[in-house]
Amino acid sequence: MLTFIVRRLIAAVGLLLVVALITYCIFYELPQWAGMTVDNLASEFVGKSQNQDALNGVIDRFHFNQPFFVQYYDYVKAILVGDTYSDGTQLIHCNAPCFGYSFRNSEQVWPTLLDRFPVTFSLAIGAAVLWLIFGLAIGVISAVRKGSILDRSVMIVALLGVALPVYFVGPLIWMLDGFPAVSYSSFLSNPLSWAQALWIPWVALAFGYAAIYARMTRAGMLDALGEDFVRTARAKGLSNTRVILRHGLRAAIMPIVTMFGMDVGALLGGAVLVESVFSLPGIGYLAINSLGQSDLPMIMGVTLMAAFFVIIANLVVDVLYASLDPRVRMS
Amino acid sequence: MSTISSPFEVGDARPSGSRPFLDVNDLHVHFSTEDGLVKSVDGISFQLERGQTLGIVGESGSGKSVTSLSLLGLHKKADRKGRGGARMTGEIWLDGEELVSADEAKLRALRGNKMAMIFQDPLSAMHPFYTVGDQLIEAYRVHHKVSKSEGRKRAIEMLDRVGIPQPNSRVDDYPHQFSGGMRQRAMIAMSLMCDPQLLIADEPTTALDVTVQAQILDLMRDLQREFNSALIIITHDLGVVAELADDIMVMYGGKAVEYGPAKTVFTAPEHPYTWGLLTSMPRLDRPVQDRLAPIPGNPPSMINVPSGCAFNPRCGFVAQNGGRCSGEVPELLQTTSSGRRHLVRCHLPVDVRQRTFNEEIRTLL
Repeated sequence: MLTFIVRRLIAAVGLLLVVALITYCIFYELPQWAGMTVDNLASEFVGKSQNQDALNGVIDRFHFNQPFFVQYYDYVKAILVGDTYSDGTQLIHCNAPCFGYSFRNSEQVWPTLLDRFPVTFSLAIGAAVLWLIFGLAIGVISAVRKGSILDRSVMIVALLGVALPVYFVGPLIWMLDGFPAVSYSSFLSNPLSWAQALWIPWVALAFGYAAIYARMTRAGMLDALGEDFVRTARAKGLSNTRVILRHGLRAAIMPIVTMFGMDVGALLGGAVLVESVFSLPGIGYLAINSLGQSDLPMIMGVTLMAAFFVIIANLVVDVLYASLDPRVRMS
Repeated sequence: MSTISSPFEVGDARPSGSRPFLDVNDLHVHFSTEDGLVKSVDGISFQLERGQTLGIVGESGSGKSVTSLSLLGLHKKADRKGRGGARMTGEIWLDGEELVSADEAKLRALRGNKMAMIFQDPLSAMHPFYTVGDQLIEAYRVHHKVSKSEGRKRAIEMLDRVGIPQPNSRVDDYPHQFSGGMRQRAMIAMSLMCDPQLLIADEPTTALDVTVQAQILDLMRDLQREFNSALIIITHDLGVVAELADDIMVMYGGKAVEYGPAKTVFTAPEHPYTWGLLTSMPRLDRPVQDRLAPIPGNPPSMINVPSGCAFNPRCGFVAQNGGRCSGEVPELLQTTSSGRRHLVRCHLPVDVRQRTFNEEIRTLL
């Protein structure tokens, strides 16, 4: 198991390098291939102070006049050991991991990401707990009472949850509660106001996911409850609850574990829509703002961070899968 | 085969008024489906004492598995309008308790405890995510208030008893780590955890290869003697019941068509369907004939059961009987000639049946 994890970690690093290469290519190289001059490109980074010194500083910083792989090598090297460069007026030292400097907002990428991450993390984890609990519970109950009025009405609501976009559900819940102010405060400083500020975004985000999870759990449970081993469990004289949870749900939960890991991983890279709707200063909100400002270093940083979480989530899911399914573990 | 003789012979020796250990009386199991009412089991009666074996034989869809599941009350009950599950009528008496009308809690206390089941395919019938030991221990601890380590001791003991080598370590293996035969042994061990008095084996050897089949059948016979349990073997394989059963019930289209002591059913069968089953069976102890004689046609649709005798569209003797076979459902009646109880559901007159068997069928066997 340990060698498996180590092997996967090495592969994860390689994958991140590839993601960085592709992202770098998209943001720094494609514009040039499309006919942008180096000065044009550099001016995208300079922001307000458009003078040739600043442009030269940027060109120098990104080595835009160097071969592509040198540029990429420098970018990766900065992440590992840090970098020092000029914005035209002063020297800026950027400690490792250095994901670059946002000339637009005169801030370094990495500290900004670190600053925004707790918001996204709080949002994702709170919503994940909600949708997992409700999705599983509703799915199991629906499967057990298949065809009942309860099952049908819950599945209609779930269909709505799948169909309605979060930028509709979010403001709706917000409105029903009378538009309370949603301003994030750190969990560590005040857990109560943290939860108070986040519960509407949580519900808005969890609603759609819970709907998908409920439908998936229901389908999986219906399959599992029709399995021979569930009949065996009944034939042993086990109670209904034990048959459903210990034998049925245990068999049905595997694909849900996979999906849960992937979904949480993807959300940690920023819940763009929800953060935008509620103006929560998380990674997703940062991504949207950076895109609006063509703040390329920041977009690179956000993209790599999102990729990192997706890759880590993949790894966690694989390890979890192996520990949950003995047939995978042995082979 | 067993020391206790068949109820067909001991009927009078039983104290008057007492029931056989298992007494199934006019059992019907109907399912309401969108296409119509499916009468999977349509009026089955049989009796069984402890230490005895009953073989229920029939094709797919004849109702044999539905019968066995209804004994354990494993069918989902239909709602008040009769939809979404099984509607059961009739009586099942197990050791003086009636089970058709029993509530779920009572059935649950009996299931796996007083009556247990061995399923057909042990790979799909055991949970893939729990060790064999966990599943055996669970079966024991549902009905006995014991610690996990005591349950484990019992599980190892039973695995040892059914012939699994190194039970101390195999107990912690998962089902997929067992071979097919070992898995069926483990399944049998699981069903025996609580010393059941009634054991139902639903096609216990179908998923196994032939050499392992014989071992499993031997094991079941030994265990039945040891535990003195009543055993019901459900199968489509006449070879299986020939080895084990005291009595045989042949089912067709949800009804019993022939029911009697195994020896009688094998040596003097009187129902054309039983003849068909026997003549279509390959025999190693006879010279190879040109071809086996299959029963023509297909098993009946359970929604549109043929009118009259369900077997009439496939029966080669309908012509001798005018329109009776397709017009009137035959009764399950005692044939007059044999001294023992031997019930046959056929319109052909008894003497014609016996003559036909002796003159035409016997030579084919």
